[in-house]
Amino acid sequence: MSDVLSMPARKPLLEVRNLVTEFPLRTGVFRAVNDLSFSIEAGKTLCVVGESGSGKSVTARSILQIVDAPGQIASGSIMLNTADGVSIDLAKLHPRSKAIRAVRGRDIAMIFQEPMSSLSPVHTVGDQITEAIRLHMKMTKDEARAEAINLLRQVEIPNPELAIDRYAFQYSGGMRQRAMIAMALACRPKLLIADEPTTALDVTTQAEILDLIARLQKQSGMAVLFITHDMGVVAQIADDVLVMHHGVAKEYGTVEQIFHSPQDTYTKMLIGSVLKLEQKAEIRLARPPLDQTAPPILEVRNLSQQFGTVKALDNVSISLLPGETLGIVGESGSGKTTMGRAIMRLYDPSAGEMLYRKADGSVVDLAKIEGEELKKARRELRMVFQDPFGSLNPRMTVAQVIGEPLLVNGIARGRELDDRVSHLMEQVGLDPRGRERYPHAFSGGQRQRIGIARAITLNPRIIVADEATSALDVSVRFQVLDLLMKLQDQLGLAYIFISHDIGVIRYMCDRVGVMYRGKIVEVGEAEKVCNAPDHPYTQALLSAIPRPDPRDRDRSRRFRYVEPAPVKNGSAGR
Amino acid sequence: MLKFIGKRLLWMIPSLFAVSFLAFVLIQLPPGDYVTTYIATLAASNEVVDQNTATQLRERFGLDDPLLVQYGKWMWGILSSGDFGISFEWQQPVSGLIWERMALTLVLAIASLLATWAIALPIGVYSAVKKYSIGDYAFTAFSFFGLSVPSFLLALVLMYVAAVEFGADVGGLFSQEYETAPWSIAKMVDLMTHIWLPVTILAVSSTASLIRVMRANMLDELPKPYVTTARAKGLSEFRLLTKYPMRIALNPFISTIAWLLPNLISGSVVVAIVLNLPTAAPLLLQALMAQDMYLAGAFVLLICALTLIGSLISDILLAMVDPRIRLE
Repeated sequence: MSDVLSMPARKPLLEVRNLVTEFPLRTGVFRAVNDLSFSIEAGKTLCVVGESGSGKSVTARSILQIVDAPGQIASGSIMLNTADGVSIDLAKLHPRSKAIRAVRGRDIAMIFQEPMSSLSPVHTVGDQITEAIRLHMKMTKDEARAEAINLLRQVEIPNPELAIDRYAFQYSGGMRQRAMIAMALACRPKLLIADEPTTALDVTTQAEILDLIARLQKQSGMAVLFITHDMGVVAQIADDVLVMHHGVAKEYGTVEQIFHSPQDTYTKMLIGSVLKLEQKAEIRLARPPLDQTAPPILEVRNLSQQFGTVKALDNVSISLLPGETLGIVGESGSGKTTMGRAIMRLYDPSAGEMLYRKADGSVVDLAKIEGEELKKARRELRMVFQDPFGSLNPRMTVAQVIGEPLLVNGIARGRELDDRVSHLMEQVGLDPRGRERYPHAFSGGQRQRIGIARAITLNPRIIVADEATSALDVSVRFQVLDLLMKLQDQLGLAYIFISHDIGVIRYMCDRVGVMYRGKIVEVGEAEKVCNAPDHPYTQALLSAIPRPDPRDRDRSRRFRYVEPAPVKNGSAGR
Repeated sequence: MLKFIGKRLLWMIPSLFAVSFLAFVLIQLPPGDYVTTYIATLAASNEVVDQNTATQLRERFGLDDPLLVQYGKWMWGILSSGDFGISFEWQQPVSGLIWERMALTLVLAIASLLATWAIALPIGVYSAVKKYSIGDYAFTAFSFFGLSVPSFLLALVLMYVAAVEFGADVGGLFSQEYETAPWSIAKMVDLMTHIWLPVTILAVSSTASLIRVMRANMLDELPKPYVTTARAKGLSEFRLLTKYPMRIALNPFISTIAWLLPNLISGSVVVAIVLNLPTAAPLLLQALMAQDMYLAGAFVLLICALTLIGSLISDILLAMVDPRIRLE
């Protein structure tokens, strides 16, 4: 322990200086974090913000020395200054040493992005929390259990006495993250590192978790290192902000400075892309208004979809005009994905009809047709998926992926197929020379372009895009959204655009349907629904979205929608 | 849970009937019957059996009855009085022949299972944690060696080495003086001094594949976020490995119990013959070749019952250790 020095008081809690974390590769060394310096004061929140591959997660893991193999800290120092005047350089400790293990969980605790997979599936939540307590504190099993129940109560888990013996998969997403927080707080750490803790959660749940962290932080005076890609969240919670890009710090300053007088071009771009989502796209504003009197290309009437006892869609009616973008917005479990898949007739609906007007003016009911007729209709309705990695076959070249619909339907082959694939790739802004390469050679945004090219291969008339830009970084998201709108105008497409992100919907859509528990609670002009909605659920949804302005931090505005209980036989329900 | 077990037990009854019937039919399928084989054997040693004797034999064994009647009689015997019929070849009740052999087979099977797990699981974990280290490569080389060497060859080599170099008494599970002796402490000790050889041989080949499976399972689990969570708590690497990823990587092994029992019986035929083991496998083979159908049928029925019980045990164990199965 030669690194233990006595330091004068009033040092920042954590001081990172010239940190370099490297991953040795076959072809050399990849520097995930390059010469990074920052510090965190006790009781304050530092947000590290950046897009995927910026090294923000590796930075967080470097502090606890839990970087995934073969990554390791190459140089720099990470000084932890505790209140009793002891300073430890965490960077000098061996990742398996007792000294670093004593810091983990006790002085510095961490929570992660995926609360489901971050908790063991075969141990009870209580087991995992008491383990953390007994690891660093001298407590008997019973004391630790009582303490764990206490912690669960602190993070507002209902019935903590029962919940402690449940498993993670019996919790909802928000509850899992609360349990993670309870576990992290078990030994009252001085620093909480939160690695994208709300990214996998709905906005209303996100807002509640952020509130919870803020409240606990105030109570205990702990510092928070918050890693996120969401500028809205940063604006709401940060004291200081560190902007990272490709492992390098682009800008480091107070939240006020970063949002209202950013110096770096990358920071400006990040903030610009968030502000862009506050209004409609320029392409859309420049477009002549749609013909509202045209007969709808698709009319969904009283559609219901039952899975066992669950009503995923409950008497849904909505229509789509030719050339229109209809947004479907809602939280997880609202039935929006089911809606998209039902329209593609990937399910057999339980009730209702989906009237599709073909190019020649005749109308077919997508809910009823079978065989050849359905095949034909499916050529005109295509889908773009959320996951640009999982939705492309890794063993097919890009040319095969894009050309497959043409080949399967016997439309083109040989040289003609090749020409059409090249043309499609140009249309979506990809270099056709890359057509013999495999999907892994492309970035997330490029892959999503491949997915779009595949969708427009058969000259469809309707495209269902299910969270098509959710997995993309903000800077790429706009390129893909703009591409979709450009293609819409060129090819006269109608879009059903499913998303949980009101910003994206506002930017892109003409009209919006808001879904809640399988029902459409509100339909209207995008402008109106996204800015001044009528239904209380939509209002609650909007209130939970973190505003990308640190000067606008009013948490009291936020509220959660509670469905009015149905009145039974004159007596009020629970 | 109890309801589930009860239901599974009830389902075992029709399954056993179906399999026993199928086994019965299959044993009868080759042309001829036991008497034909018997006559052929006698003819080989220049003894001639006249037609009358053959007919008498057939009548006595009930071989002229239709298949269904024969099956019905056999089943009735088992169900009403636990009588598995008479072995034609040994001229003894089947039940007297099989129980001891089945018991020894089980002892051997369980001993090799334990040996296999004791060797393979730690090595598999080590190989996964120290991926691409010298140790990993060494164990990988050993696994492929174990996989590719046929077990009967290993049996021959080990027998030779043990007998010639160390003068050990190899072959069989007992020394001569204990073979027919009743069970006693001394006989148990004798069994222990013999059983290590077949256990080693049977364990080597299954150890090899098990190491690979355990390594792959662990490699799947190690990069999971819950492992990082546990590390971030400050758990030591050893406690972390044993409590989290190993626990989950073991689940697939529990499901293998189901086919382990029949595998050890039918899979060890060659080894059992080479080592002259008094287990079920050689007797079953002999019975099948001689079309000694009651004896063979009884074995098949028992193996089938073991498989069903094995899969029930593995399902119950799996539900006990994995709450996702128990509660969802």
